Amino acid sequence: MYYFKGEKTTLTRQKLVCKLENQANQLRQDSLKMIYRAGKGHPGGAFSATEIVTALYFSVMKIEPAKPKWPERDRFILSKGHACPVWYAALARRGFFELSHLDTLRQTHSILQGHPVMTKTPGVDINTGSLGNGLSLGLGMALASRNNGFKYNVYVILGDGEIQEGMVWEAAMAAGHFRPANLFAVVDYNGLQNDGFVKDILGLEPLVDKWRAFGWNVKEIDGHNMNEILNGFEWLQKVGGPAVIIAHTVKGKGVSFMENIVEWHGKTPTKEEFELAMEELIVGGGNG
Amino acid sequence: MKAITLRQVFGETLLELAEIKKDIVVLDADISKSTFSCLFHQKYKDRAYNLGIAEQNMLGVAAGMASTGIPVFATTYAVFASMRALEQIRTFICYPQLNVKVVASHGGLQVSSDGVSHQGTEDLAIMRSLPNMTVLHPADPVSTRELVFAAAGYDGPMYIRLLRNEVPVIYKKDVSFTIGQGNIVKDSKQAQCTIVATGLMVEKSLRASEILEKEGIDVRVLDIHTIKPLDQDLIISSAKKTGVVVTVEDHNIIGGLGGAVAEILGREYPVPIEMVGINDTFGESGDPEELFTNYQMNIEHIVAAVKNSIARR
Repeated sequence: MYYFKGEKTTLTRQKLVCKLENQANQLRQDSLKMIYRAGKGHPGGAFSATEIVTALYFSVMKIEPAKPKWPERDRFILSKGHACPVWYAALARRGFFELSHLDTLRQTHSILQGHPVMTKTPGVDINTGSLGNGLSLGLGMALASRNNGFKYNVYVILGDGEIQEGMVWEAAMAAGHFRPANLFAVVDYNGLQNDGFVKDILGLEPLVDKWRAFGWNVKEIDGHNMNEILNGFEWLQKVGGPAVIIAHTVKGKGVSFMENIVEWHGKTPTKEEFELAMEELIVGGGNG
Repeated sequence: MKAITLRQVFGETLLELAEIKKDIVVLDADISKSTFSCLFHQKYKDRAYNLGIAEQNMLGVAAGMASTGIPVFATTYAVFASMRALEQIRTFICYPQLNVKVVASHGGLQVSSDGVSHQGTEDLAIMRSLPNMTVLHPADPVSTRELVFAAAGYDGPMYIRLLRNEVPVIYKKDVSFTIGQGNIVKDSKQAQCTIVATGLMVEKSLRASEILEKEGIDVRVLDIHTIKPLDQDLIISSAKKTGVVVTVEDHNIIGGLGGAVAEILGREYPVPIEMVGINDTFGESGDPEELFTNYQMNIEHIVAAVKNSIARR
């Protein structure tokens, strides 16, 4: 038995995967429109995280969009906060707020800030944007469930570049020590950061060994293969936290001319590029 | 009550509070024996986490915990809280107004022999500049206990500056303390100057006032235990009454109590202000009293500053 949009569904695994793929495509289109309208944003990292965010918000996480502050909700932390357009799109599509807000990204008085802010956006559990902080914030939430009596899981999405921040490893070490069973991380390993390829700027390898050495359970997946993503999240539940999925992804995934091109980290498409990208996304929109 | 360290008072008060407020969680970064939160750790193991020598992570964890509704006390030293973990306090605690009390021992030159790396001499200025932050700096053991109780009843970000070494008691037990309201600890109808002091400098200011009194100069002395929000009404009315003001703090004269008082009086009621504090420099190792003398922050310097301020009237 699987969940789709908070409801138990009789869909087969194959059908569920298909529906989630379509959903991911819609979120990509939403994100692209948002960034194009805002005239600023980070398409590359939003697209690399799209399938992961989709799986969590449309199948895996225990959330109630009508009650964004429900104390027992699963927590989601987008530590790579600049990828927030895809998250905002997921929150809107799940009903945390009206879709019309998506048109206001980064504008004055918008509930959708350039980087996530918990006091402005329903469904955002904590601020992020300054890189390297999310795992500590998630660790705090995860440990808190030992004291506040609420049962929930915490999912932290880390960028690959951001784990160059030392604080991530402070948190990783503390999680290895306190062993919160409800703390799960996903590294969106798209291989690019602002200035270039991660391997050229400050390489992370051997990344699996690093997490293992800090006492974490580790699994590698293809971060765009929905079936592998669902398997990954099932694995997390099985092994328990602290556990991390290293998701191999492609920056700019879904738009041919953005894929694996460093400039699309924080570039806004021109009108022509926007139309071309939308066309590609609509054509490549799955068949579920 | 004999002279005792404010950090020890804090630790003992936290233990008292733990009985009443059963939801408090305490976080530490390997100096709980120094901040005396070890007392809480020993008794309430399941409500305390020692996160090791990793202050940024500790304040991040504090924010995450507080986001679920838990009141958090996180302890470290002033230098590490206000500088190493500043961004975590700013963006993840102050901005979303989370209920985290950052308890920072080792403020000022009074830290003494550990030297500059452990002397928090800019922390008040830094913390005061953060929106949504409340900044406390108690003067003595009695007020520390009362203000820690008051802090526990306040829902929001707060920085509480404590001191390494012993300080004398200046308050009787029945005095009341309110966050945001300064206390008049000495007054006279003929007061010619207001000494606005904070922390252990309140006691030094009282002793300076006795010397001045013998010379025929009466002063009003304020204990500004809340650096932010500043008790503007009391400071303005005191400036109106006495005409000149001397600020006294164990902190850089830039941006701390002196800066805060100058900002409000500059806007509302400009009067001559003299500032006693660390004169925009770093400290060094040494006996606290020797340091205060060498850095021109001791009783005789407060006396001189009062006379200078009156001469500028």
